[in-house]
Amino acid sequence: MAYFKINQELIDPEKAALLKDICPFSAISSENGRLEISAACKMCKLCIKKGPQGVIELVEDEEITLNKDEWRGIAVFTEHNKGEIHNVTLELIGKARELALVTGHPVYALMLGSDIKEAAAKLLHYGADKVFVYDYPELADFKIDLYTNAFSDFINKVKPSSIMVGATNLGRTLAPRVAARQRTGLTADCTRLEMKENSDLVQIRPAFGGNIMAQIVTPKHRPQFCTVRYKVFSTPAPLEHFNGELVLLELLPEQLQSVYEILSIEEKPREVDISEAEIIVAAGRGLKSKDDVALIEELAKLLGGVSACTRPLVENGWFDPKRQIGLSGRTVKPKLIITVGISGSVQFVAGMRNSDCIIAINEAENAPIFDVAHYGICGDLNEIIPQLLEMIRGEQEHGL
Amino acid sequence: MDIIVCIKQVPGTTNVEVDPLTGVLIRDGVESKLNPYDLFALELAMQLNAADGGQTSVISMGPPQAGAVVREAIFMGAVGGKVVSDRRFAGADVLATSYTLSQGLRKMADFDLLICGKQTTDGDTGQVGAEIAEFLGLPHIGNVLAVEEIKNREIVVKVNLDSSIVRQKLPLPCLICTDGDINTPRLPSYRRKKEFNEASLVFISLEDFDDKDESHYGLSGSPTQVERIFPPEKNQEKQMFHGSGTELAANVYALLHEQKFVD
Repeated sequence: MAYFKINQELIDPEKAALLKDICPFSAISSENGRLEISAACKMCKLCIKKGPQGVIELVEDEEITLNKDEWRGIAVFTEHNKGEIHNVTLELIGKARELALVTGHPVYALMLGSDIKEAAAKLLHYGADKVFVYDYPELADFKIDLYTNAFSDFINKVKPSSIMVGATNLGRTLAPRVAARQRTGLTADCTRLEMKENSDLVQIRPAFGGNIMAQIVTPKHRPQFCTVRYKVFSTPAPLEHFNGELVLLELLPEQLQSVYEILSIEEKPREVDISEAEIIVAAGRGLKSKDDVALIEELAKLLGGVSACTRPLVENGWFDPKRQIGLSGRTVKPKLIITVGISGSVQFVAGMRNSDCIIAINEAENAPIFDVAHYGICGDLNEIIPQLLEMIRGEQEHGL
Repeated sequence: MDIIVCIKQVPGTTNVEVDPLTGVLIRDGVESKLNPYDLFALELAMQLNAADGGQTSVISMGPPQAGAVVREAIFMGAVGGKVVSDRRFAGADVLATSYTLSQGLRKMADFDLLICGKQTTDGDTGQVGAEIAEFLGLPHIGNVLAVEEIKNREIVVKVNLDSSIVRQKLPLPCLICTDGDINTPRLPSYRRKKEFNEASLVFISLEDFDDKDESHYGLSGSPTQVERIFPPEKNQEKQMFHGSGTELAANVYALLHEQKFVD
């Protein structure tokens, strides 16, 4: 049990006012000289760290004892469509291998489906020490109850210390269900992961709409559970030599009884997916008119890439929502991204900061986009882009 | 068909910054609003009531001020709602929040369907719905685009699953989470606002729950802990260019050429 203790005898009106100001959640109030903390409190502890000393204290009692040595391994849930493995799985296996260097834990993959042994074997090439497979006709399609049963069965039998799931629609539906069944924590959309020597997984994600990074741990529970979006980590190269193994796990007949009935599955038409693109030209509010969109499209086309945008340009109808980069859009990790007229809100930056090369064109010198850009071009896009297009087309001297 | 929609009050703005010197959060304004994703869930509930009868209530967890969003839902068409509020719930993570709501839901009248929005705009996790369903032992499904049919205590939904659209049938009662932007939410009604009865808004706390063990709630009941918060890192090795449009265009061209993006 942990709670805040308020030492009312230390309160004076000045301290009360200071504490009220410090609390970012407006959870502190005072009445008749008594300080109150409401349910708006998020336990951020800023009132303890930044407030007058001793007024508010965090009282913690008995520790839950957990034998962390009983939980070994970093497991990755394999997302696939009839055996065709989603790249996010490979990215996570690559990350798991990095993290495993700290603790010496094995790297596991978990794959559920029907007739998938051959596909599962591919994961060994990427450095999984063991690939655990539940291969049943009942698991052919995603049924939440059966997938939760199998996932939980895996956790109970194998006891992995950490589990990573791709933050796809499927992953976001399945991971919380399994985490709740295991009564453990789950951190969504991690953008950075680190490992402590005691096997605690350090999960870092944007919080409060993305303007702040939060570093989260699950110190007293196992497994530690997180989801990570596609394209946040890099795809590892396949290994030439590998010696992992496939392990088949079994379910009881009652674990294969589903209440869900799949009526039809309609494949979505293949569309331009900006998260797959290697070159992106992204436009933001600096664009004055819809005609400027044509400049962006042309630059993207000349570079062999795709165009993308920030949220305001979706809202005003200049771009399709599928082209939106950011927390409420897609995460991208191209080799090159040129941002044009984008100031760089944290929501946007969170969706592209891992790009290999970022060239930012913006008029305002102090725009936050220049804090993440590798190359900052401070100038008017309407002067720069048309001339750049001419240079690429070979119609203008470029001084090289 | 009786429905309960889970809603949340979120900050009106996400403009939060960390003071780099003091590490204190700076928040612009303190206005709050009903989580925009919940509007689609509420609208879906109202449409289902209009087609099949029954009524919709709401539940929200938060400080006493969260009563405002329950009122808004009532103005939209909900018959009533509960705010689950207690200082001992403070600092709850996904697991503790879901558990608290599941306890609150056990104190509501019987329902056929629970609806949650896709995610909140402050937490952005989209995980609470699924965890509530697990705690209540109900089937659930996320990313629901449409409810196609409700018949013989079964519901047919259309689900947006990454590369496909899946139609599936599940038994009631169950929990569904709507996908974003699936309908046009109605506005609060002036008439309903005028007719608002305070009794339709009820506050409940830990004392009202079946499980009164404080260690299951708030910070104590949360497996995850925030170790620290910090502003996003800046890239220290950037190169800045200034000059005329022509010079800058030539700079960009040179960069693209150097890295072999143009010949």
